[in-house]
Amino acid sequence: MADELTPDELLDKIDYGADSGNWMDTTKSVQIRPGMYCYAAKAESVETLGLPNARPWNPVEEDWKLPDDWQQILHNGIKERLERFRTFKIFMDVCVRCGACADKCHFFLGTGDPKNMPVLRAELLRSVYRNDFTTAGKILQNIPGGQRLGGNRPLTLDVLKEMWYYFFQCTECRRCSVFCPYGIDTAEITIMARELFNLIGLNIDWIATPVSNCYQTGNHLGIQPHAFKDMLEFFVEDLEDITGVDCTPNFQKKGADILFITPSGDVFADPGTYTCQGYLILFKYLKDKYGLDVTWSTYASEGGNFGFFTSHETMKRLNAKMYAEAKRLGVKWILGGECGHMWRVIHQYMDTMNGPADFLEVPVNPITGTRFTNAASTKMVHITEFTADLIKHGKLELDKGRNANRIMTFHDSCNPARGMGLLDEPRYVINNVCDNFYEMPPNTIRENTFCCGSGAGLNAGENMELRMAGALPRATALKHVHEKYGVNTLGTICAIDRAALSTLCEYWVPEVEVAGIHELVGNALILPGEKERTEDLRMEPLPGCEEEE
Amino acid sequence: MTQKYLIPLAAVFLLFLVAYTGAGAGLGWFFGIVFPYLAIIAFLVGFVIKVMGWAASAVPFRIPTTCGQQKSLDWIQQNRIDNPDTTLGVFVRMLLEIFTFRSLFRNTKAAFNRNASNRITYSWEIFLWVAALAFHYAFLVVLLRHFRFFTSPVPGVVQFLEALDGIVQVGLPGLFLSGVVLPAAVLFLLARRLFDAKLRYISQASDYFPLFLILGIAATGISMRYFTKVDVTGIKEMTMGLVTLSPTIPDGIGGLFYGHLFLVSILFAYFPASKLMHLGGVFLSPTRNMANNTRAKRHVNPWNYDVPIHTYQDYEDHFRDKMIEAGLPVDKKE
Ligand code: SF4
Ligand code: SF4
Repeated sequence: MADELTPDELLDKIDYGADSGNWMDTTKSVQIRPGMYCYAAKAESVETLGLPNARPWNPVEEDWKLPDDWQQILHNGIKERLERFRTFKIFMDVCVRCGACADKCHFFLGTGDPKNMPVLRAELLRSVYRNDFTTAGKILQNIPGGQRLGGNRPLTLDVLKEMWYYFFQCTECRRCSVFCPYGIDTAEITIMARELFNLIGLNIDWIATPVSNCYQTGNHLGIQPHAFKDMLEFFVEDLEDITGVDCTPNFQKKGADILFITPSGDVFADPGTYTCQGYLILFKYLKDKYGLDVTWSTYASEGGNFGFFTSHETMKRLNAKMYAEAKRLGVKWILGGECGHMWRVIHQYMDTMNGPADFLEVPVNPITGTRFTNAASTKMVHITEFTADLIKHGKLELDKGRNANRIMTFHDSCNPARGMGLLDEPRYVINNVCDNFYEMPPNTIRENTFCCGSGAGLNAGENMELRMAGALPRATALKHVHEKYGVNTLGTICAIDRAALSTLCEYWVPEVEVAGIHELVGNALILPGEKERTEDLRMEPLPGCEEEE
Repeated sequence: MTQKYLIPLAAVFLLFLVAYTGAGAGLGWFFGIVFPYLAIIAFLVGFVIKVMGWAASAVPFRIPTTCGQQKSLDWIQQNRIDNPDTTLGVFVRMLLEIFTFRSLFRNTKAAFNRNASNRITYSWEIFLWVAALAFHYAFLVVLLRHFRFFTSPVPGVVQFLEALDGIVQVGLPGLFLSGVVLPAAVLFLLARRLFDAKLRYISQASDYFPLFLILGIAATGISMRYFTKVDVTGIKEMTMGLVTLSPTIPDGIGGLFYGHLFLVSILFAYFPASKLMHLGGVFLSPTRNMANNTRAKRHVNPWNYDVPIHTYQDYEDHFRDKMIEAGLPVDKKE
């Protein structure tokens, strides 16, 4: 937990108008401060994927043990990316520094650090671009004071360190991009910067180790196949206690109808585990009622993709497993669980990187007959799209009363909101499994949603001050509905959120719990042959079943 | 950080003086003919090079920023403009972006009240949008009005625009609305940069320079029209000479005009190398000009290359014994 700083101390630090000097003057004084940065990637993890410059190093030490020609590597890396990504090139050129994005970033709002304004974050790299890649920059280099006047900087070690510090204070949430008149997406710039850092071995461990685990073992947490099976079976036992029904799932079942992939976090940590149990209940229900055959896989046991926070190439390497496994098992299509960045990867990248998935069928829900034409090419459907469709067609028998103790609000996760537009499907599901739902203020939901503050690989333990500062805008909005409507549950469709928002709540709004949407579905869904339930998936008494005092 | 705006301000003054005195010293041919031609060439060539440079970069992924409900199930209302899945939707989104600055319209302002509520509050911040729209449209009107100097006879549309712009019918010569709106908007944009701490922090000399330059252009233009009467017939003779590629330098054109023309020329020449290229960039921004239908229609990455992956076979080889022991299906038994 944020043991160093209390919420009050954190609030004391915020001032949106403090620094008005020349930001370039303070570059040298950038202190990589504990609480705000993540530990360096372990050498072994970098080695697993054969990425460059694996070695032990420490961001707070003077010597970062960089290759001798690191400047050249980065220079070439920037050049290559300018050619490969029109986004990058245009975003480097067209920002007018209008400041519309400045106070849209949760890290700026929570820290007041002016270098956390998206525009300035981008300027850290743009200043190098201007200096080394534009004609004007090259001319200004030769005029005394010209570089400074143009806001241009040569790529020195200090500049590199500063960039590293601040590009690992961006959660790639894209909120800034919504407000920019040219759609400049600082997330995209952060993606480029992190790709560049990886060329010289500057990843953080909270990203590198999950990536290495996922590559080798199949999931971020490094859960081995037998252990993965054990963990699900453990849930099955609990579910049997709660419902009286055996919800044993299929593993690697060849010829199943659907392959289901979800983030491994849901198998591993509360409250994600309850969401996972919700999936098991749903699949059991569909199997018994309609004969739908869903399989899990221990090989493709990770929906999330921390490769996305490393480089496009690493993302592709991790993502490849989904189609490979679907093909090997001969399923018809793939169903994806509740996760944020996983869905940005699937929605906007997967088919392009690892498709075409012509060995799969255009997803059709055999129970309702709905053709998911919006996923006709990628052949992967989001579980809330799937469940919403089932509910709409009256195919699920639901008892809302079992969630009557939940007064809900919903946190739109950044990636499904701004990299996909999945907004109303989860709301539809919530409203059908629960009676009490209140929205947070409009500036903080849907496409304007605020990040949990821990996305894009920043949900480590050592950067807790950063995370809790970044969480403040979300927490403020949550506190508002908590006080106004008595909201006690924050719904979300993201595995990182389930972990990160729980920490957020504990720190800022301790009265609120976090729940995945399919946890609520699991509570409400009436399984054929179930016993009278007295407990919810958390093994707490259902409303009306509380013990008499 | 006064240099960031004092140097651009001084530069604009200096540029004006150079042309003003230069023209008086018999260099009218340079400021009236050579430099304007060079500037136009620099503008056109620079603009084209820049845009072609952008177009030459690949668009490997379809990554629009979605600002509304996606198209998914038939009964869920899609936001066709902010999250378009068709070319038509994208077209409308781009039209609104380019002509009404839709994203800027969303602008909010955050404030944090430490001791009273400890809340972050947001208010709608419309002024940037208003000023930006006012500035761009006033600039466009001024630009189009100037076609009266480059056409003969003056086309009806230009005359109509002039009539519209002068609709208030105040003063003689009649006041143009754009002549008021343009400098006012520029001053507002300048004031934001100078007085808002966040803006002051992010602003560079290259943000102040175009503002001062345009202010200089407006000031010289306005004073020619309303205060120091200039020889309009002579000027038109000269500008017509420029467009018909038979340049002449009539006598009696004041230094003020050369100053005005020189600043305009500088603006054109400077344009392609500066942030003003957002004019071109806004059309090409992949987060706005692409449809959000990546799952429905495959997007092809021109440089997609094969990568090493950890195959199922590798995985099974690694874990076979444990998998068998746990009762998980395997492809090869040993
Ligand atoms: S909103 Fe866009 S143009 Fe304005 S400062 Fe931010 S990134 Fe630059
Ligand atoms: S993407 Fe999100 S975290 Fe990154 S700069 Fe923009 S608003 Fe901040």
